[in-house]
Amino acid sequence: MSAFVQYLISGIAVGCGFALLAGGLVTIHRVTRVVNFAQGMFAVVGGMTAGSLLARGLPHGAAEAAAVAVTGAVGLAVGLAATGRRGTDARAALIVTLGVGFLAYAVEIMIWGDGPRSHEGIGGAVTLAGAHIQKQSFLVIGVTAAVFALLALFFGRTYLGKALSACASNPYAARAVGIDVVRMGLVAFALGGALGGIAGVLLVPLQPVSYDSDVLLITNGFAAAVLGGLDRPGVALAGALTLGVAEAMVAGYGEASYQTVVALGLMLAIMTWRASRRSALQEEAAR
Amino acid sequence: MSGAVIEVADLVVRYGTATALDRVALTVGAGEMVALIGPNGAGKTSLVNAVLGLLRPASGRVRLSGRAGLVPEGRQMFDDLTVEDNLALGAWRRRGRGARDTAPVYRALPRLAELRGRRAGTLSGGEQQMVAFGRALMAAPDVVVVDELSLGLAPLVTADLAGHLRALNAERGVAVLLIEQNARLALDLCGRGYVLEAGRIRAEGTAAELAAGPAVLDAYLGGRAGGTEGSGS
Repeated sequence: MSAFVQYLISGIAVGCGFALLAGGLVTIHRVTRVVNFAQGMFAVVGGMTAGSLLARGLPHGAAEAAAVAVTGAVGLAVGLAATGRRGTDARAALIVTLGVGFLAYAVEIMIWGDGPRSHEGIGGAVTLAGAHIQKQSFLVIGVTAAVFALLALFFGRTYLGKALSACASNPYAARAVGIDVVRMGLVAFALGGALGGIAGVLLVPLQPVSYDSDVLLITNGFAAAVLGGLDRPGVALAGALTLGVAEAMVAGYGEASYQTVVALGLMLAIMTWRASRRSALQEEAAR
Repeated sequence: MSGAVIEVADLVVRYGTATALDRVALTVGAGEMVALIGPNGAGKTSLVNAVLGLLRPASGRVRLSGRAGLVPEGRQMFDDLTVEDNLALGAWRRRGRGARDTAPVYRALPRLAELRGRRAGTLSGGEQQMVAFGRALMAAPDVVVVDELSLGLAPLVTADLAGHLRALNAERGVAVLLIEQNARLALDLCGRGYVLEAGRIRAEGTAAELAAGPAVLDAYLGGRAGGTEGSGS
């Protein structure tokens, strides 16, 4: 029982990291139709920047906030590279993000070296139902819940958020009412960068990252995001939590090296099931 | 005529090697209702997009003084957003307090007030056209550009919208550029018009002159005898 609770909570925490990443993917895709393969890089840069700033003596909170601001700026830069030129095709932009991701490897190795890095989180642990659980896990869960609530408010209630949704919904009409669709895309990229940064800053104390950790992060984040057609943040959140918990269970009760394979297999099964159910419904409706 | 709200001169629009508009000239005076008629593929929507700055012309001059509100072809709803949000976004270019207040639009188009919480994607074609019209009004426009008022709509719905358009012009002095395939409807509503064919202005004049012109009858009223009621897609 205690082991189960431990796997569950740490799985949810890691799933929250995936969810933040997936949230960034969805935000960017909704507005620009670009699948941003540099999304995992934001988390790596965020985590490593926070570590460096902490090592320089910046207090907790300030270091993390600064790191998230940095990844927001990095997101903006990626957005400029990928979509700044008017009329860039979304598939071409995808290739640019992939390239920027590889370029970032070089920069990251030059700054931080090629070994895994970590920094202290809030530290300490609590005992819950006999299980030892790091306080950092609760921090991750709490921050993620707050971020998703804020995202929902932003897109649902604010004029800027609605304008972003409008670009996603109908770019021609958005331009017709005077919304600068390219600029809105850059806003989305900056937001996606910040979300990735938050994921990195929160996850690094739980599991060290190195320059190429983005592959694992983007794989999971993408799997979660694609569950909702890359357009629905709520579904992405649910998918990410499912993945995180499944991976923690596989690692805990089985073999850690299979965790990603099993989790992604599960994702594939869910998607296949959903797709078959949808087509069955469509056949029904067509009759 | 106290100055023009839309002035187009020598406008050329190309897509690759194809010429969509060839040295087009068109003027809409302040408070004027002008029709632009012509068959499918004549370049009407290209002209609209050039006037609104949504595409860059190859050459020529486009001057838009004041704000334009567009009722785009195919209505172009923000499907996932509510009617209220669709309307509010129409005010994106405006600054200042109250610019996003949708109440005046609901007063002008009471039917929309009942739909304000509905997602635009779930509405009927006529209702969507009403939302598109309201969204254009939210720009506090000096000129409303309507790209196909009647396309795909029932005659009664079209008549209702035409009435709103006429009232907007008469009561608030807002100029109208009406792009229509249904020439009879357009010339009925507007005092003056242009006929666009294959990217060129083939005729211009008062509605009466155009309606009487033999070339126009041949090409745009569906032959000498026929009407164009309910031109579909």
